[in-house]
Amino acid sequence: MRRRLWSWVWLAVGAMYFVIPLGATLQFSLQAKRGEMGFTAYRAAFASPRFVESFGFSLRVAAATILASVLLIVPTAYWVQLRLPRLRPLIEFCTLLPFVVPAVVLVFGLIRSYNRTPLTNSSEGLAVLLVGSYVVLSLPYMYRSVDNGLRAINVATLTEAAQSLGAGWGMILRAVIFPNVFVAILSGAFVTFAIVMGEFTIAFLLAQPGFGPYMNQVSSSKVYEPSALAVVSFALTWASIALLQIVGRRVSGPRLSGGGR
Amino acid sequence: MAFLELAGISKQFGTTVAVAEYDLAIEQGAFVSFLGPSGCGKTTTLRMIAGFEQPTTGTIRLDGRDITRQPTNRRNMGVVFQSYALFPNMTVAQNIAFGLQLRKVSRQDRARRVAELLALIGLPEMGGRYPHQLSGGQQQRVALARALAIAPQVLLLDEPLSALDAKIRVSLRNEIRTIQRKLGITTIYVTHDQEEALSLSDRVVVMNAGRVEQVGTPLEIYNTPQTAFVAAFVGTLNVLHATVHDPAAGSVMVAERELTGITAVRTKQRGDAVTITVRPEAIAITSADAANHLRVTVEEVTFLGAIIRVRVRACGQALSFDMLNRPGIVLPTIAESLALAIPGDACIVVEPAAGEIRMPSLATQVQAAAPVG
Repeated sequence: MRRRLWSWVWLAVGAMYFVIPLGATLQFSLQAKRGEMGFTAYRAAFASPRFVESFGFSLRVAAATILASVLLIVPTAYWVQLRLPRLRPLIEFCTLLPFVVPAVVLVFGLIRSYNRTPLTNSSEGLAVLLVGSYVVLSLPYMYRSVDNGLRAINVATLTEAAQSLGAGWGMILRAVIFPNVFVAILSGAFVTFAIVMGEFTIAFLLAQPGFGPYMNQVSSSKVYEPSALAVVSFALTWASIALLQIVGRRVSGPRLSGGGR
Repeated sequence: MAFLELAGISKQFGTTVAVAEYDLAIEQGAFVSFLGPSGCGKTTTLRMIAGFEQPTTGTIRLDGRDITRQPTNRRNMGVVFQSYALFPNMTVAQNIAFGLQLRKVSRQDRARRVAELLALIGLPEMGGRYPHQLSGGQQQRVALARALAIAPQVLLLDEPLSALDAKIRVSLRNEIRTIQRKLGITTIYVTHDQEEALSLSDRVVVMNAGRVEQVGTPLEIYNTPQTAFVAAFVGTLNVLHATVHDPAAGSVMVAERELTGITAVRTKQRGDAVTITVRPEAIAITSADAANHLRVTVEEVTFLGAIIRVRVRACGQALSFDMLNRPGIVLPTIAESLALAIPGDACIVVEPAAGEIRMPSLATQVQAAAPVG
């Protein structure tokens, strides 16, 4: 009983660590009008054309990042699992590099490597470079998620079954592998989305009009709007996590849990 | 000319030889089983036929065409796996129709064929279910239907019943044989279960350590094993170590007792050591003055339902024999002394294969490796 009480106490302390700053930010964002609570700061933030522009830009970049990383990682993880299982530790090490290499180092490395190429001398090129960097940033999440998804199915036997029925590699990936790791892809995609929507360093250093740099800029000139945007950013991340839970549960259901009745 | 021909097939993984000098010719419509213990190369051979593995040497010919280097997806062979390997994202009907879809069969024809196959496997109402909603036996039926849907030239089954429980194994294996006969499809069946191989096949290929030990009908494999391995692996067997006494009379000495009528020792010299095997069902209790008998002492009596297996010791060598469980049967008692008739014509003289097989230690009874399903 006593132990149980302490568990609750520690849980409450842990929760306060997150809840108090967030609650304070939320409360502050609602106090734009003196003496009353309201959504004035939110209305002002949403009404700004720069908000719409930067939010839209980050959305497009997030979509492009997800698409690029899915197209890169699913076939790679599939091939590693099917034909090159010995390379798995090396690939896993590579996918963890973004945790070790700071974003600043990454972005200067990219600029140095691609200097005087179409990737750095036009805004479209820089946007492509930005997507590329985000693919790298999301590697640990996307690769692990897809790799776990692939481990949950019998990749080798399903591939052979499809081959024996006449399928080539493209068809196997499209009809057998992708649908069976869809939940894993979604899981990686939501995390990637959350990362891209709030990322500041790379977008700022590549001078891209992302949502992160916009929040930073607003915070230096406005009082209440940055708090409102911070709450929106948190809400987005949480919505992603919630979606992940719901979709994951609904799509996978008992299907991946095993064979017999 | 044989329909499916393996000529000089071998497969090496690094320095390990999985399959060596494999030659086999299979007639169209035949049901052939590859039987052997784990690691004997039976599945590797099947995988080479399917195209999942490339042989290190040798050629595979199907209906006169060399298919050795042909990719799996162009071989038109149906494969059924031990783990069912149904696509979890597709319904039963979609699984069965997958191969047809790849062959650009029209939607109506696909639907008709799927319905036919569902009826064939006895699951006409299950088309809309997902694999996880079916039992293991049902999933394997669907896997069979999916493999048959593409009208393959050869059907390959890789231990398809190993993951199922005993009762379903027996009923499903009979179904597989019935369907195979009905469609007349050339079939190769990989198993480590001798009962499955013997009961299903037109021909059995017994394999050991990557080599073919013997190819023959189930009756030939059981009654006239050509090597010590086949004799030991298929069925239950008594092994007796003996010395040739009189080759002309087919007589040998087992310790101090003489057994006669063993024709296979006629080519041997007097004094040669030979290994003689005899099935438990060929031995019977006899009177003490009968010819060709061994004096034995009863060590154990095991009731197995229809038969009673009695373990005895004769001249320091262990033997087993079977008694049919008839009404009024009198069971031997432990330590009782009996005379056992060993018919000369039921004795098989076995040769170790290429020096690879070591017979079990002196006069041991060799149990079949696979459980009776």
